[in-house]
Amino acid sequence: MAFAVALILLVIGSVAFHFLSPWWLTPLASNWGAIDFTINLTFWVTGIVFVAVNLFMAYAVIRYRHKDGVRAHYEPENAKLENWLIGITTVGVVAMLAPGLFVWAQFVEVPEDATEFEVVGQQWHWSFRFPGEDGVMGTTDARLMTNENPFGMNPEDPNGQDDVLIFNSEVHLPLDVPVKVLLRAKDVIHNFAVPQFRVKMDMVPGLVSYVWLTPTRSGTFDILCMELCGIAHFTMRGKVVVETQEKFDAWLAGHPTYAEHAAKLPGDPEAGRALYAICSACHGVQGEGNAALNSPKIAGQGAWYMKRQIQYYRSGVRGSHPDDIYGRQMAPMALTLTNEAAIDNVIAYVQTLPDNAPEATVEGDVEHGERIFRVCANCHGHDGMGIQALNAPRQAGMSDWYLVTQLKNFKARIRGSHEKDMYGIQMQLMADILHDDEDINDLVAYVNTL
Amino acid sequence: MNIFRALTQKPWLPDEDDSIVEIHPDGAVVLHSAKIALRIFLAVVATLFSLFMAAYYVRMEVPDWRPLAEPGLLWVNTGVLFLASVALQWTRQATYGENLTQIKLGLLAGMTLTLAFLGGQLWVWQQLMADGYYAVGNPANAFFYLITALHGVHIAGGLFVWIRTATRVWRGAEAYQIRLSVELCTVYWHFLLLVWLAVFWVLLST
Amino acid sequence: MAYVAIADQGQELHDPQSFITKYIWSQDHKVIAIQYSITAIAVGLVALVLSGMMRLQLGFPNSFSFIDPQSYYQFVTMHGMIMVIYLLTALFLGGFGNYLIPLMCGARDMVFPYMNMMSYWIYLVSVLVLMASFFVPGGPTGAGWTLYPPQAILPGTPGADGGIVLMLVSLALFIVAFTMGGLNYVTTALQARTRGMTLMRLPLTVWGIVMATILGLLAFPALLVSAIMMLLDRTLGTSFFMPAILSMGNQLDYNGGSPVLFQHLFWFFGHPEVYIVALPAFGIVSDLLSVHARKNIFGYRMMVWAIIAIGGLSFVVWAHHMYVSGMHPYFGFFFATTTLIIAVPTAIKVYNWVLTLWKGNIRLNVPMLFAIGFVFTFINGGLTGLFLGNVVVDLPLSDTYFVVAHFHMVMGVSPILVVFGAIYHWYPKMTGRMLNETLGKIHFWVTFLGTYAIYYPMHYLGFLGLPRRYYALGDTSFIPDSVATLNASITVAALIVGVVQILFIYNLIVSLRKGKPSGGNPWQATTLEWQTPQTPPVHGNWGPTLPVVHRWAYDYSVPGAEEDFVPQNVPRDVVASEAD
Repeated sequence: MAFAVALILLVIGSVAFHFLSPWWLTPLASNWGAIDFTINLTFWVTGIVFVAVNLFMAYAVIRYRHKDGVRAHYEPENAKLENWLIGITTVGVVAMLAPGLFVWAQFVEVPEDATEFEVVGQQWHWSFRFPGEDGVMGTTDARLMTNENPFGMNPEDPNGQDDVLIFNSEVHLPLDVPVKVLLRAKDVIHNFAVPQFRVKMDMVPGLVSYVWLTPTRSGTFDILCMELCGIAHFTMRGKVVVETQEKFDAWLAGHPTYAEHAAKLPGDPEAGRALYAICSACHGVQGEGNAALNSPKIAGQGAWYMKRQIQYYRSGVRGSHPDDIYGRQMAPMALTLTNEAAIDNVIAYVQTLPDNAPEATVEGDVEHGERIFRVCANCHGHDGMGIQALNAPRQAGMSDWYLVTQLKNFKARIRGSHEKDMYGIQMQLMADILHDDEDINDLVAYVNTL
Repeated sequence: MNIFRALTQKPWLPDEDDSIVEIHPDGAVVLHSAKIALRIFLAVVATLFSLFMAAYYVRMEVPDWRPLAEPGLLWVNTGVLFLASVALQWTRQATYGENLTQIKLGLLAGMTLTLAFLGGQLWVWQQLMADGYYAVGNPANAFFYLITALHGVHIAGGLFVWIRTATRVWRGAEAYQIRLSVELCTVYWHFLLLVWLAVFWVLLST
Repeated sequence: MAYVAIADQGQELHDPQSFITKYIWSQDHKVIAIQYSITAIAVGLVALVLSGMMRLQLGFPNSFSFIDPQSYYQFVTMHGMIMVIYLLTALFLGGFGNYLIPLMCGARDMVFPYMNMMSYWIYLVSVLVLMASFFVPGGPTGAGWTLYPPQAILPGTPGADGGIVLMLVSLALFIVAFTMGGLNYVTTALQARTRGMTLMRLPLTVWGIVMATILGLLAFPALLVSAIMMLLDRTLGTSFFMPAILSMGNQLDYNGGSPVLFQHLFWFFGHPEVYIVALPAFGIVSDLLSVHARKNIFGYRMMVWAIIAIGGLSFVVWAHHMYVSGMHPYFGFFFATTTLIIAVPTAIKVYNWVLTLWKGNIRLNVPMLFAIGFVFTFINGGLTGLFLGNVVVDLPLSDTYFVVAHFHMVMGVSPILVVFGAIYHWYPKMTGRMLNETLGKIHFWVTFLGTYAIYYPMHYLGFLGLPRRYYALGDTSFIPDSVATLNASITVAALIVGVVQILFIYNLIVSLRKGKPSGGNPWQATTLEWQTPQTPPVHGNWGPTLPVVHRWAYDYSVPGAEEDFVPQNVPRDVVASEAD
């Protein structure tokens, strides 16, 4: 009896949970209302079956519970009843399947007027490519992918020259324009998913898959990787901003085409030498850093990383948090570099400075640090020298005290919280595995041994 | 009793003559259990090779596929395996007689021919490697090595049973005592010959 | 013509001599069954602990320093693989299959006892190889139980050095072990049935287990093929599954391989695998419901046909796991249709279980509680399958917590409830003693309600779009803070369910000596395993003569019979004369 009551309560509780639950489909932001319809249809059909069958079962348990002297009914089968049940079930299944296939047919057929853009997945970042003015994407080849040519663009292909490359995890899309999203991966399988768009698809190295949709609501939405892609899978985040066509055009124009990207001249260290004078006051003549002034060593750090940080400081992505005392000092300094060429030049100069290991100042349990570092090594390399392709800067042989500060900043959300900081969230999520200052010291002490 | 009738019986009803249903007519076992088990096992092996073949065809679609030039030696090996099958079949017939010399001859012939086939396959491998067809070089090569290796392993497994059977004969077993084992081996060899012919045909035609 | 006892043909029983040959190096199917069961349950407990650790991280993020992303993904992977293959497959087929097939068919043993023994030992080796991966540098693989390449064999995934190799080797060994066992189960059920045991007189348990074995025999080769090819990609550098790719920014030498091909092979195994776990559960639960409702299983023939239909269909639905894999979208039409067709025979089974209760005489003892608990859970899990099987509904839900909730309901909790029910049901036959009823009821209530509390709300996280296999959620624009609260409460429920399993293990051990003596047929069941001359049955099961079967397995509450059950080996005329 108690059991039957429990079954009934479970059914009632399940239904109540549904109506009280604050968790349901996110508000739709694309044309795929038909998908929501099929979900709701399925939900109600299956929901009714769930309630009906379970209540019937509970009733049977009450009504036919064991009584002494009573015998069960003897009925091996009842073909008529069974055929009826098969019939009803078939009708229910068809009622769910038919609309589903109909909507799937829409999903498979991309509208003729859809514009194309490409999403490229890699461990553990997103990047994007638009076809440029000619509306045609240039060809690519995985074999051509390098740090300088991260998209694997074919330099011979005229269609590719005006392709707009966005090496950043944020993409913008125009409102109410159907887009065909071409999906490609560089290393392992990823999955391009925006919950509000409803559609998702794996990105498989070696082939190009697609989805199509029309964004119907402006706003900023999260892109999540939804196919396990390695240890930092959960940090593979991006953003899609849906906005008016004008804003979108302006945004797109702000990004270089492949031709511009390829034609860019390398920085000039001689021109950078003069610019470096102002930096040397804090970071030292040889870029060796100065702990007293809270200026880290910069000699030997990856050029790509320094460039991004200077740009972050210039645009307020870094050094704007009220608690980031030293970052706030750096921000105005970065502004003294007035254009991209100046940044390239000064970094080119820093690249010429001798890379001498600084003195270790942090102590801790190296063995424990090593255990923690096995996670870090996945991006920063087992030698801690950083891996550009993974956007992971060098840690070994740099200022250890600075590493401590930054880890604490990531943990405290002082660094990496700016909405334009596409890489900060990864380090925040990763820094969370350091539980206290001791963990941080142990880790940095281990990095000092590399 | 055919299977559809068996599966549509209403088991709760008494049998018409109310006697006990014999699951095998005359109460005798129609097929030895080992033969049934072998058939099921062959189905498993057939599935295994079919899946490899399916993977082969799918992988072939990718443009980096460069078909392998099958060495002529494979024709010889195919012939040898066929003769091995014949030898086994012959041995099987012999086990119904009492002529132990004939049986021993058959056992030896089967063993020698099968070993010759395995040796021949290894020789093909060596030729291919000497010509620079490494498994890493191209998926066609990799599939060739993989499938021939797998086929060879199955043959070798059978050979192990065959040799054990032969040992029993030399230790004085009578014909009827080894009849089952020889028969199982024979079926297995025929099957692996068929598998090989299918594999070989696929290799040649692609 | 003299009758030849079929089940006795070609059978030489190797009567055990010493402790070792009796209990360890034994060829007795019952001992092997218990060995399989104990090993499977032991390794399952490891997987249970792993799931607890995962839940700790999800419920209370970053509170425990021993769960970093590396170990988290390793826990996820090992938990999944162990539970699906090394626990459920091994327990249902190696454990229950081994124990019940010969007894229910009226045979003295499996037809190939030596091969049966080897099957267990190779299984044990595969388990040991798998466990060894916890102790190699880099630890076990963290590629997810689906082991998708390229990820599974590249740096950036935990265990890409040694763990994945051990995993693949272990799987290959498991498949060899399973094939040896499987040949036995099918051949025994075909060949060694006793006199009078026609196919349609077999209990549904045997039908379920044998059909699952056939599926396993034909599906595991696909896993073997993919494991071998991935192993070669990993060790030799072939390009079966590996296209031209970068890893850690470096070009690799792979070229042209197809990751989607691996998925096809994997799921060609993986989907039947679902039914390898489900069909034995279907079969067993049918018998539990029938025995404890004192009523024949409703629509026996339809139940058999449904098992056959589900088994057949399970080979043509595999790509419904791949709707968003980047395969050609036209496949979606075909696989959505086949998948939803499979709902029909499955639904029939559910109806017939419920209709078996209808007009029954239901004894709510512990096995029955678990059996009805299964039906409830399975209805829930089966219905959510209709979401994921319908290709377009799957788009938003795939790779979210909805999937996690669905498959745990349908092939985690449901089969495990049956396992528990079956253990409470057959333990008396295995040991001669009853399990403690009170402990059993506590175990049932906490497990049943607890698992529902874990997985039912999880569906809603899936609707919300919460991605699965995330170590931490971080900040997003669409996940409200209430999700953290829900996750914490799910974790608490999971820990309670986990802890209560100690009661079950305690019950198993203590009842071995202290349990109430059960007698030969405590549930008053009709099937042959309850009619053995000794309890627990001795080696050879049946004494000098095999039982002779005169009726089907479900003669409960037959009008006119004295008792409310008539064992299968009771001749018709005996009952008839009683009725006079």
